[in-house]
Amino acid sequence: MTIRHRARCRLRRVRGLRGLVLVVCLLLAGCGKQSILSPRSPQAHDIRTLWWWMLAVATIVFLGALGMLGLAWFRRGTPGLPFFGEREHVSQALVLIFGIGIPLVVLVTLFGASDVYLVGQTSPPPARDTAMTIDVIGHQWWWEVRYPGTDAVTANEIHIPVDTRVNVVATTADVIHSFWVPQLARKIDEIPGRHNRVLLFASTAGRYRGQCSQFCGFQHANMALYVIAQPRAAFNAWLANMASPAVSPTTPTARAGEQIFMANQCASCHQIRGTSAQGLVGPDLTHVASRRTLAGAEIRNTPAELRRWIADPQAIKPGARMPDLGLSATDYDDIAAYLEGLH
Amino acid sequence: MATTSTRNAEAQLDLLERVWAERKGLLGWITTTDHKRIGIMYFFTALVMFGAGGVEALLIRTQLIGPHQTVLSPQAYDEVFTMHGITMIFLFVIPMTTGAFGNYLIPLMIGARDMAFPRLNALSYWIYLGSAIFMYAGLAGGHAPNAGWFDYVPLASKTYDPGNNIDFYGWGLIFNGISSTAASINFIVTIFKLRAPGMSLNRMPLFCFAFLAVSFALLFALPSLSVAALFLELDRNLGFHFYDAAHGGDPLLWQNLFWIFGHPEVYIIILPAFGIATAIIPTFTHRKMVLFPLVALAEILVAFLGFGVWVHHMFTVGYPTLVTVYFAAASLIIVIPSGIQLFSWIATILTGTPEFKTPLLWIVGFIVYFMLGGLSGVALAAIPFDQQVHDSYFIIAHFHFVIFGAAVFPILGGMYFWFPKLTGRMYHEGIGKLSFWTTFIGTFVTFFPMHILGLLGMPRRIYTYPAGMGWTFLNALESVGAYVLASGLVLIVLNLFISYFRGPVCEADPWEGDTLEWSTSSPPPAYNFPVIPTVSSPYPMWDKEDRELDKRRLERGEGLMATGHETLATTMQDAEVDEILSMPSHSIWPPVCALMLFGIFAMLLLHHYWIAFGFGVAGGLALISWHDKEAHAG
Repeated sequence: MTIRHRARCRLRRVRGLRGLVLVVCLLLAGCGKQSILSPRSPQAHDIRTLWWWMLAVATIVFLGALGMLGLAWFRRGTPGLPFFGEREHVSQALVLIFGIGIPLVVLVTLFGASDVYLVGQTSPPPARDTAMTIDVIGHQWWWEVRYPGTDAVTANEIHIPVDTRVNVVATTADVIHSFWVPQLARKIDEIPGRHNRVLLFASTAGRYRGQCSQFCGFQHANMALYVIAQPRAAFNAWLANMASPAVSPTTPTARAGEQIFMANQCASCHQIRGTSAQGLVGPDLTHVASRRTLAGAEIRNTPAELRRWIADPQAIKPGARMPDLGLSATDYDDIAAYLEGLH
Repeated sequence: MATTSTRNAEAQLDLLERVWAERKGLLGWITTTDHKRIGIMYFFTALVMFGAGGVEALLIRTQLIGPHQTVLSPQAYDEVFTMHGITMIFLFVIPMTTGAFGNYLIPLMIGARDMAFPRLNALSYWIYLGSAIFMYAGLAGGHAPNAGWFDYVPLASKTYDPGNNIDFYGWGLIFNGISSTAASINFIVTIFKLRAPGMSLNRMPLFCFAFLAVSFALLFALPSLSVAALFLELDRNLGFHFYDAAHGGDPLLWQNLFWIFGHPEVYIIILPAFGIATAIIPTFTHRKMVLFPLVALAEILVAFLGFGVWVHHMFTVGYPTLVTVYFAAASLIIVIPSGIQLFSWIATILTGTPEFKTPLLWIVGFIVYFMLGGLSGVALAAIPFDQQVHDSYFIIAHFHFVIFGAAVFPILGGMYFWFPKLTGRMYHEGIGKLSFWTTFIGTFVTFFPMHILGLLGMPRRIYTYPAGMGWTFLNALESVGAYVLASGLVLIVLNLFISYFRGPVCEADPWEGDTLEWSTSSPPPAYNFPVIPTVSSPYPMWDKEDRELDKRRLERGEGLMATGHETLATTMQDAEVDEILSMPSHSIWPPVCALMLFGIFAMLLLHHYWIAFGFGVAGGLALISWHDKEAHAG
């Protein structure tokens, strides 16, 4: 965590000081890696505002009712109410006012604010009102990310230009998943036979964690992704690189690794554009070295971690679709060297 | 004259004893049709299930105590959390409320000698036991259901779950559903037809209104679940495609069918708790419920409206806003009948003279948690907010406050409240209060931080989580809370267990209770009431003259109906005497039928369809024998 980042978080804390609960929440939130309380889009921001209002009203209601119970304890020896005594119609009025009257006002207000007004803000806009479309396809247990109109394919990492309305089309290759990046947008389920959509928007550049939120099997826990919002120019450069075919290996070990990769099961499941590897089961590896994480964002993409993942995926992610290949240690070294070159 | 009639009364009581006597020993329990014994069997079976579900909960919390724990493998974790849900909902709460409390108390509260269909009642229990064994057989064999208690397809389809884990779930729930269906029919008829003379519907205890509402809800909700499970099994085992999008089916069909059952189910779980609250509150506040008729209507209304809200479990599936908004509005409307009940309880406690003994403490705890769970529920009816926190720990917090805090607390309070009735002994008040506070604090520490975790983006049903997400401390805290909570529950069991042997003997009505179960001895005789009481208000035990009248009738030997195994039927609305019903007595055939059903479902699971058919034929023959009347002792 950089000092600037820390300072920003502290500033946010001070600004958000609206009561004890809020402070506690933000302290716990830290810098809110995946928190709906530190939104970075107008939609997520509005939902957070709705939440604080609901919490405030709910707290008043709860404390009020708790107060009545407290009063009941203090007056446990005395029948009736203070001031009103034992008049039954006053007790009845109490039920009617607090049980029907006040709730009706609160509920109608809440319905108007959330389910008439705000729901329109968080619904997916028509595709023509957005600047670009990205396909996010859930797999057990990783995310495939495609940029229609280009050849770009990647996994577990969605790059978007900052301040741009992005139309995400969420689908699945197998079971139901749910696409959720809390700081940027509400979640949307990915369901066989349906093309669901959601608006993805980031007001500030940054890296936002998301995670599958619909139980999807053994490794549901390790199916995360990052949305990387970057300035338009940086995004364009990234996209151009993503759309290009893989670079050829330059070192002898990497060249050996390429041969082992193509000759073994690797190539039947993974695609590396520009080579004979055309498998579509696992993630596209054309630019795997440019990604920051591996295995559904479970581990960081460092040379050591990459080597560990290739050699023993089941130890890192039990139940994952990637099998133990049963190759020699040097083979794994070579494959890792090859993949590390795929920027 | 007086002596002759007293002698006559004694002779008649003797005769009643003999007419209603059942077999001795273990065989007596197996063949029993006595609603009290069936209730007790339900109670202990459900208690064992509560223990199993509790151990599963502790395993889950131990796994999540810190990041990257390895107490459970991912596979084991999935089975454990799935079984936790199935157990608590289908094998603990519903059997405990309708099975144990309903069975034991409803006939006593309405002044009947048994349930309307005693043998059907026994069958309900044996099927329930069978279905519990059936579903736990999967766990014992390492093939427990593992796709969550709502079991979404296609994760639960043969393609993605090729073992027979899910078949234990599918067939098990259909099997279990037969039990609940039979039980609810039994309750409806019992409540409508067997009420004591004078107990017109407007004088019926609110407890019975709650159970009436629950029974109707079960009756209409269960078919949807059974059909959903049947489609699932046809898809999995016989090549059908109800849920298969690739062949024109739709995975959302499962979700709709499941939640058409699943949401009424929430009210099925919580309404009996409302019923228990309305039984305990007047007794310990020494006053009648505020707005009794409105509370009765609200109970019915909750059960009814519960059928119109199911899509609020599906706000993120991509339905058009028009659809989701309708269900959001319907979900908000339910707040009104809930609010009426909530403030009626509070107003009654506030304006009465409450004695905060253990049972009332549990009800106060229930009110607190029902408010917490209810308020977060209101927030979830705000669609955009729900779309953020859906399937996160916020949901886990919400429904555990509703289902554990609000539904189970009254069950625990009810255990204390009716303990003297069942055993004739009193529990230990000090340990009772200690057990309440331990459980209350444990519940708060376990479930409250889950709201915050949900807001911090922690999804539900993850077997592990990375460090550095800001989730570690809260998870550790919750796990500690879970152990505190568990120790509170253990205290209850110990208190009641020791009190059963050592507790001071108490009289028939230690609380000055308001309903009829307190009018008979503790524990009640097999025939419940020597004389069927006559009722003139919803608080019959507070009508001293009526009870004096019962006593005088007993002394005179009037209305004991001692000549046969009989109870009184009254008219549905006004409870005027209608006819004397001859009740069937103990029988071996209900457990035999349940055994045949077990055979059918076990063979379906193992794909031996012809043997399953054979069990079906045998079950049919058992049903014919069912109608045999054996000779009475009299």
